[in-house]
Amino acid sequence: MYRYDEFDHKLVADRVDQFRGQVERRVSGALTEDQFKPLRLMNGVYLQLHAYMLRVAIPYGTLRSEQMRMLAHIARKYDRGYGHFTTRQNIQYNWPALDQIPDLLDELASVEMHAIQTSGNCIRNVTSDQYAGAINDEIEDPRIISEIIRQWSTFHPEFTYLPRKFKIAVTGHVNDRAAIKLHDIGIVVKQNDAGEVGYEVHVGGGQGRTPFVAKKMNAFVPKAKLLAYLEAVMRVYNMLGRRDNSYKARIKILVHETGEDEMRRLVEAEFAKIDASQMLTVPQEEIDRISAYFAPPAFETLPADSDGFTKAQTADADFARFVRANVVAHKQAGYAIVNISLKPIGGVPGDATDAQMDVIADLAEHYSLDEVRVTHEQNLVLPHVQLDDLKTVYDVLAANQLATANLGLISDQIACPGLDYCNLANARSIPLAQEISERFADLDRQYDIGELKIKISGCINACGHHHVGHIGILGVDKKGTEFYQISLGGAADENAAIGQITGRAFTEEDIVDAIETVVTTYTDLRTDGERFIDTYNRVGMEPFKERLYD
Amino acid sequence: MAQHAAKGARFQAVTANRLSDGEVVYWAADNRWVEGFSEAEIADGADAAEALLARAMPADFEAYVLEPYLFEVLEDASFYKPASVRETIRAAGPTVRLDLGKQAGA
Ligand code: HEM
Ligand code: SF4
Repeated sequence: MYRYDEFDHKLVADRVDQFRGQVERRVSGALTEDQFKPLRLMNGVYLQLHAYMLRVAIPYGTLRSEQMRMLAHIARKYDRGYGHFTTRQNIQYNWPALDQIPDLLDELASVEMHAIQTSGNCIRNVTSDQYAGAINDEIEDPRIISEIIRQWSTFHPEFTYLPRKFKIAVTGHVNDRAAIKLHDIGIVVKQNDAGEVGYEVHVGGGQGRTPFVAKKMNAFVPKAKLLAYLEAVMRVYNMLGRRDNSYKARIKILVHETGEDEMRRLVEAEFAKIDASQMLTVPQEEIDRISAYFAPPAFETLPADSDGFTKAQTADADFARFVRANVVAHKQAGYAIVNISLKPIGGVPGDATDAQMDVIADLAEHYSLDEVRVTHEQNLVLPHVQLDDLKTVYDVLAANQLATANLGLISDQIACPGLDYCNLANARSIPLAQEISERFADLDRQYDIGELKIKISGCINACGHHHVGHIGILGVDKKGTEFYQISLGGAADENAAIGQITGRAFTEEDIVDAIETVVTTYTDLRTDGERFIDTYNRVGMEPFKERLYD
Repeated sequence: MAQHAAKGARFQAVTANRLSDGEVVYWAADNRWVEGFSEAEIADGADAAEALLARAMPADFEAYVLEPYLFEVLEDASFYKPASVRETIRAAGPTVRLDLGKQAGA
């Protein structure tokens, strides 16, 4: 895993010192809120409804156990005993006091963590595949290039004041678990016919008020030239991006208004210039140095099967269900990837208590080669668990309300904080997620319904990814009352698509029934083996509309 | 920001977040910020509301709070309550964590 070098340590320490001074000057009245706000945002500090909120970066969603333990400690000492894992693979604390945040950041820095690049108009924390380095058929660990991008983008002078925030995601696998096509830049690691590794680059995706799926700008950028190519994209954006209207300042609008072909032409022209200068060609030694951080951990040589594991499944039906729903095959014989659902029935999606975080840190230390991952679907992952240890791990998870066997099912929903916490919200998201998960609590029913992704946002900013939910729910405000709009057919994977709105919005009383109507319409219409999204893509919106609004 | 004062609201109060910890506060009749909505001064009519907001924002208000604003209040039998869901949640705490926020102490 990537470890800070001296430069990183100093940079983070300086940043905390600087912020401590800024907080002191704000509290003493020397800085006005107008002066202070951009400074606090650059350090991940937002104001929500009830308190400040601190967003802590978890680069490419990878944590060591000591880091997870620190997140637990912070929840306990500076917050109210919990944290919220987000769709950007970060964690948010909902109650820190402003004057304690510098101390909190100092403690975070002691385990090489920070809140930089979690807000403001910069290149945000790069996100990636939670199964990186563990899944079969990966072309290259996506965290290598994610880290190279992080180093290039952090405090890059040209990127400190972009027209808007800028998000990059990377996948090293054909199955996209990082929603890369919904990012300003999405990168897919590819191998060409000559066997060389390079990158397919998608540009101009995003959600918010005007959602777009990114356009493929270049099918294969050679490895050493990726930064030059990205720099070219950033320059075109910086030169042409609209700064007059913050909603239109995203690169997705530029790509849309300029047109895909013209955008490609502009980027290629800029790329040729930068490439000729060789300035941003990444030397092989540097690639090797960073790759070494992500070298496979010390896997043991094990048989592909485990008797104990097989027997445990026969003996314990709940364990067998957990394996079926939450455990994924590992590239290394004798290991498995274990998903920890943060979506217990009736729970708050993405929330974990300090005690739960400690338990997960311990499990990672003893059974997962010290690693934990955060997923953009607001779950956690123990990426390297031996089959022989699975039952033990499961028992500990189950004893801590962390073994809900619902990964990818209807109760595994994304929900943003919504009006329970968020200053920008129109409506609550979490209670809706809770009611839906209670309505469909029966796991057998969930297995029967199969893969179904519900994603809920409390306003059009779309932090809850509603545009790309198989079923998306958007909270809207009508004269101070909450309403909910449904969209269908969205997808965040390699077949990314923006959902279509069904029609008029539903009241808080009617929305869960409406969701059930959508689900039963699907189960009535599906043919053998069809998932919700397949059925929707086959039959279209009409049958759902008819049942919803007849 | 959603759900702020509706034009034409009769009753309004002033709220903000406290600088040091972000706590929701209200402007009270004795010219200080208080934590409980029940102690908030209620203005009747647009002119009274403007005057209330002006009193809540003396030259040095930024040393205590962030972004004071007016919001609509409804008269309900013998007491007042915030008109919007947003202000109801600010006055109480998250509806999904009744153990947190102001409601927890109540
Ligand atoms: C209460 C704190 C939050 C505030 C104030 C906030 C604010 C915003 C705003 C203003 C946007 C719109 C961006 C745009 O249109 O350009 C946005 C988008 C987004 N936020 Fe948040 N957000 C918050 C919490 C969260 C949380 C909890 C998550 C994860 C669960 C999240 C993840 C995202 C994502 C993924 C987007 C979509 C980016 C895109 O346009 O592609 N945010 N947020
Ligand atoms: S989608 Fe809207 S309500 Fe939800 S967290 Fe984002 S800004 Fe807040």
